[in-house]
Amino acid sequence: MAESEEERRIIREMESLNDSKRKIDDQIGLLQARLVQIRQNNHSTKTYGNELSSHDIYRYSRHLLLPSFAVQGQANLLNSSVLVVGAGGLGSPALLYLAACGVGRLGIVDHDVVELNNLHRQIIHNEAYIGRPKVESAAAACRSINSTIQVVEHKEALRATNALEIMSKYDVILDATDNAPSRYMISDCCVVLGKPLVSGAAVGLEGQLTVYNYNGGPCYRCLFPTPPPTTACQRCSDSGVLGVVPGIIGCLQALEAVKISAKVGDPLSERMLLLDAMSARIRIVKIRGRSQQCKACGDTSPLTRQQFEEFDYESFTQSPLSTTPLKLKLLPGDARISSKEFSKKIKDAEPHILVDVRPSHHYKIVSLPRSLNIPLPSLEDRLPEISSALKKEQECRGLDSGSGTGLYVVCRRGNDSQRAVEYLHKMGFSTAKDIIGGLESWAFDIDPNFPTY
Amino acid sequence: MQLTLEFGGGLELLCNSVKIHSVDVDHKVGEEKVQLTMKDLLAWVRKNLIKERPEMFMKGDSVRPGVLVLVNDCDWELSGQLDTILEEKDVVVFISTLHGG
Ligand SMILES: [Zn+2]
Repeated sequence: MAESEEERRIIREMESLNDSKRKIDDQIGLLQARLVQIRQNNHSTKTYGNELSSHDIYRYSRHLLLPSFAVQGQANLLNSSVLVVGAGGLGSPALLYLAACGVGRLGIVDHDVVELNNLHRQIIHNEAYIGRPKVESAAAACRSINSTIQVVEHKEALRATNALEIMSKYDVILDATDNAPSRYMISDCCVVLGKPLVSGAAVGLEGQLTVYNYNGGPCYRCLFPTPPPTTACQRCSDSGVLGVVPGIIGCLQALEAVKISAKVGDPLSERMLLLDAMSARIRIVKIRGRSQQCKACGDTSPLTRQQFEEFDYESFTQSPLSTTPLKLKLLPGDARISSKEFSKKIKDAEPHILVDVRPSHHYKIVSLPRSLNIPLPSLEDRLPEISSALKKEQECRGLDSGSGTGLYVVCRRGNDSQRAVEYLHKMGFSTAKDIIGGLESWAFDIDPNFPTY
Repeated sequence: MQLTLEFGGGLELLCNSVKIHSVDVDHKVGEEKVQLTMKDLLAWVRKNLIKERPEMFMKGDSVRPGVLVLVNDCDWELSGQLDTILEEKDVVVFISTLHGG
């Protein structure tokens, strides 16, 4: 559908207004930061019998009224610093609460930009920030809730080379990342620096939460000395995630960070919380203590700063620190076809069969016309369907058997389709070809209106 | 012996997406019932419940890296791992650690 002149005019006007808004926001941000600094340096701020200013007493009054939290808890919080690694599904609610409740210095690390398909769960961001760094978006939201705390932006990927420097500036670390190598790296860095780590994770309809390296408790490696096989690591971008699930875990992470910073209550150390949203069950289980043999925190040879900086987390876990999707290359060039070539075959009405090997719930989201959905795990059982589809296509076209009816295989990104073609070749379907880059490349190169997910 | 077995964190996908299994497991040598250990139970689970990709559940005679095993809400490291002796009505949870966020 083409945009009307009216639509284009409105979009142009909105873009220009958003531009001006952005500039004003930046100016406000700078002024706020200066104000916080001046107030912090200004010793003349009057206090009334405790460390809290009149402004703080009013803002945090509901905390002060809690007998178990009270003035001391709030004062501890205001004097503490928390680093949140990852401004995504977990980091979003965590950051909002940590900013609101008065953590004195709040750091945010992320190297990603805000995308439309983040907004269903990454509630700190909004539509106006699509395409802009998550750190900027999250920091602006935190400052707009609480202009009296210091918000620090770390617009970079956390790596073994910069982690020590960044993390050493904070008292408590929140792991709100989305991949195995980051989790090992952040835990190891906390061990080296002696910092407590509040670790949360969520995929699908399940969440997990625990506090590592706290008060003699275990670290991540004590629990998981050997990384899992990469095939066992589900990602939200592949497996899906119900927005509110990381929201719940992120809120609980904020809660644990607040307790540790304010020095109140019992942090969730040597225990783990497991959330199963589908059946509405939360269980808290007892987990092992610190392991003497642990490669990071054990007594025999604790990890040194240098060992940490030189450790290759990506090869240790066999997966990348950033979330770029895997791009396999299993097949020779002549067993593959680009989406452009495939679209030409459709235009030229060449006889062919298109098999879509994605799971059926993916197929229901969007599919190419006249495609046959045979999910990869059931391919073996459903080979006869492919044979009969090929035969039918030949008959419809009035072709002799054996003449060239194409067999093409597609999936979301072009990995499973290669696995399928590899198998089909083995089973005698020697003409099978995969569509390079899958439906994503179809949307990118052929039909920009084709939905992506 | 009546046991409740639960699978989570994606492991349920290996047993027809069913999370909770009430099972009756007996360990016999000849005609005589003997104590059931976690090692015996794992072999039983692999044979009777795991429908696909067993390598996603086990490695050798134990669980694969990244799987937490909880016996009555307690890490099996604390009860003797593979040697943990199971009792009537025990609840055993197998949960894969999550990394996403
Ligand atoms: Zn450890």
